[in-house]
Order: sequence, then structure tokens, then C-alpha cells
Amino acid sequence: MNAVRKRARWLAPAAVLLALAAVISARAEIPLAERRSGYADLAPDTKAMQDDDTSNPGMLAVLDGEALWKTKAGNAGRACADCHADARVSMKGVAARYPAFEPTLSRPVNLEQRINICRTERQQAQPFASESKDLLALTAFVGMQSRGQPIAPPADERLRPFLDAGREAFSRRLGQFNLSCGQCHDDNWGKRLIGNIIPQAHPNGYPLYRLEWQSIGSLQRRLRNCMIGLRAEPYEYGAPEYVSLELYLMWRARGLPAETPAVRP
Amino acid sequence: MTAALEQASAQSLLRPFQVVGDAIPASLTGVAGDPVRGRAIVVKRENTCLLCHSGPFPEERFQGDLSSDLTGTGARWTQGQLRLRLVDASRVNPATIMPSYYRVEGFNRVGPAWRGKPILSAEQIEDVVAYLATLRD
Ligand code: HEC
Ligand code: HEC
Repeated sequence: MNAVRKRARWLAPAAVLLALAAVISARAEIPLAERRSGYADLAPDTKAMQDDDTSNPGMLAVLDGEALWKTKAGNAGRACADCHADARVSMKGVAARYPAFEPTLSRPVNLEQRINICRTERQQAQPFASESKDLLALTAFVGMQSRGQPIAPPADERLRPFLDAGREAFSRRLGQFNLSCGQCHDDNWGKRLIGNIIPQAHPNGYPLYRLEWQSIGSLQRRLRNCMIGLRAEPYEYGAPEYVSLELYLMWRARGLPAETPAVRP
Repeated sequence: MTAALEQASAQSLLRPFQVVGDAIPASLTGVAGDPVRGRAIVVKRENTCLLCHSGPFPEERFQGDLSSDLTGTGARWTQGQLRLRLVDASRVNPATIMPSYYRVEGFNRVGPAWRGKPILSAEQIEDVVAYLATLRD
């Protein structure tokens, strides 16, 4: 951070530099070797809850998702399983490489959006609502087929502008508290924000069961919580801004094992 | 143009103040604050000080460690310096993570409930300054 600022001083007059510093916070990305899942900061009983499928409340959503996977739906009268067969095989590693570029839309879509595209195009059914029980269940079921696999964002050139937009959004100060994501999650992870340890903000466990929510929720719901915490106006569910942030978070977490469905405080 | 006008009118809802060096020497309200009320403001969770700071608050189980312990602040800083750091710490250090408690412009995507309002009122700022000034050791 200091190095960046020192170098910039040679390039920009002080006034411009101050104006920039007020909006974009300079920060250093966490070195690969220091990256750790939010799991590392959990209390022992929360870890135990995540580790044991019989006590992990997120598994209920996975079971619901498995049933939906096999249920015929829409005018096409087809189930996910009719096209994709056994999810244990066909969906292995899929969640670990989303968001992915969707050529028909010319932009990336996250896993929930991908599922809804299959629903409308292939099943000719109504899309599931954001954060609905069924959408979370199917996403958790598909997500679990990547459990233990490394997060592996695709090296797809078409994603680059969206990845850059996500990186920039992560560095932009937001809300009345005027803090960027990176000021907490890159610069101050591991410290205490009152009673809560600030995690590195990795997306590797979603959808996950959050004790505070008393339910399973998506990554976008989590991002919304952080934005509201900053007294910022959150984006609409599904907004391209969130998908770019998700893309950057996945890139930042590359190599960490997927944990879906994780448990968090 | 419209945005600039809106900002100007929002900012003008705040009491005018003068920055001298790294301080705002004069009280925002023209009178001294109340240290007892100031302490209550600092420990109240929604005012967010203890998200980042700790201090002489034995009754508060959870305190932050993103920044300094507030113990002794009154011995380290004048009231004018404390006032500027509460009003707008970014004027002292543009990279600071400490929010600007008496500022309404220059932010991104402030939620509708908070738009155009400072985090603390002028009276609250003065109460907090008066309280911090009592933390002398
Ligand atoms: C003021 C500090 C702060 C800022 C700024 C902040 N967060 Fe967070 N974030 C937290 C804390 C603390 C948690 C842990 C959950 C909790 O206890 O509330 C968290 C949790 C998360 C998680 C969940 C990690 C996990 O292991 O499940 C993600 C992802 C995340 N934040 C992303 C973001 C993004 C993206 C932004 C910007 C839009 C952001 N955060 C801004 C404090 C912050
Ligand atoms: C999000 C974090 C955060 C919050 C919330 C916060 N501060 Fe700070 N504060 C800091 C940091 C970091 C500094 C160090 C100075 C800097 O960054 O320029 C600081 C500096 C100060 C100082 C200057 C004296 C010193 O010891 O450095 C005072 C006094 C202070 N804070 C009081 C408060 C009070 C009172 C509140 C609530 C009304 C508050 N702070 C809220 C992060 C915070």
C-alpha cells in the first residue's frame, strides 16, 4: 500500500491524489499462502456443526435440492436429471468455476442464474425467485457436488472486464461509513470488529447456513448484509454489480476448497 | 449541477465550522458538551465507536481492536484536535478507516435512511469531545 502511494506521488499532483484516495482505497491483496477460509475463524462448536452432515442444518436444503433435481417441471415436463443424469458425476466441480460467461447474454452469470436459465429455457418453467427456498436448495445441491474441490475460476478472456469491475467495486468506499470491502477484508482480516472476527471474505461455502439468519442464504445475501452494515444502499438481487463482485471473490479465493453447505455465525 | 446543488444544501444543514491546522478550535454548538452524555454516546453500539476502538468501559464485553484504545486520549489531544477527528478524520488522514461523523457529502450509495444526515449531531459531537477530554490517564 505504501509502495503504491509512494509511486503514485510521482505521477499525480497531491490534490488529485487526495481526491482519489477518498474514493478508491489503495490496498494489498492477500498473498496466496496466507489465504484461509472463513472456516478457520469459527468457534469449535460451529466447526463441528459444519463438519458433521447429520448436524449441519444446510444439509436439509441439499436434500430438498436433490428431490427437486429429480422432479419433472415446466411445459417441457423434464427434470434436471433428464438432461444431466447423476449430479454426483455431471455437477462435480461446476460450482467451483462459477460465475461463468454466458454467451447469449454477453456477460457472466452466477450459479443461481444458470439454474434459472435451465429452468426457463430447458424446462419452460417460471424462474425461481431470488433467495427462494427452491432456488437455494437446488444451488446447495449442485454446490455440494464440488465440496472439497479447489475454487477454479475459468481463465476466460471474456470475463476479464467483469473481473476488473469486481476488483474495483471491492476497493470502492461505500455508504455513510465510507469503507471499502478491502479495508476490512484485505487490510484488517483477523481483527475484531466489536465481537466479530473479520474474515477474509471468501465465497467458498455458499449457499450456507448462517446462525444469525437461522436459515440458508446466498452469497449475494451476505454481500447485502455487509453493504447495509456500511449504511449503503444494496443492489437488487441478481444485479450485474453483485455478479462482478462474486467473480472477483472467486478469483481471490482460487485454490481454496469449496465447503458448500458451510456454517457461519 | 442538480447533484451539486443538493449536496450544497445538505451540507448547509450542518453548522459551519472552521478548521485551523489539524483542529476545529471552536465548539460546533457554541457551548461545551456534557461528558456524561458523551460517554453514553461512545458506548452505544449504533454509534459504532466500539466497533473499532476499546477503552475504559469495563461493563462492555465486546470492544473492537481495529484501532487504538481510547484511554488517555484527552492527554494526547486538545479538544479542537478531537473535534476535527470526529467531524471528519479523513481531513487528517485521507486513507483513514474512521468514518466522518459530521459530514454528509462525498459518499457513494448512502442508504436512503441515512442520506443527507451526519452520523452524529453537532450536540452529540460536543458531548463526545467533552467526554474524551476527561480521559487523561
Ligand atoms: C466494516 C467492516 C466490513 C466491511 C467494510 C465489509 N465487510 Fe464483509 N464481513 C465483515 C464481517 C465482520 C464479516 C463476518 C460476519 C459477521 O460476523 O458479520 C463479514 C463477512 C463477509 C463475507 C462472508 C465470509 C464467509 O466466510 O462466509 C463475505 C463474502 C464478505 N463479508 C464480503 C464483503 C464485501 C464484498 C464487502 C463490500 C461490499 C464487504 N464484505 C464489506 C465486515 C465487513
Ligand atoms: C471503522 C473504524 C473506526 C470507528 C468506527 C471509529 N474509529 Fe476512531 N479511529 C480509527 C482509526 C483507524 C484511528 C487512527 C487514526 C487514523 O486512522 O488516522 C482512529 C482515531 C481516533 C481518535 C484519535 C486519537 C488516537 O488515539 O489516534 C479518536 C479520539 C477516535 N478515533 C475516537 C473515536 C470515536 C469517539 C468514535 C465513535 C464516535 C470512533 N473513533 C469511531 C478507527 C475508527
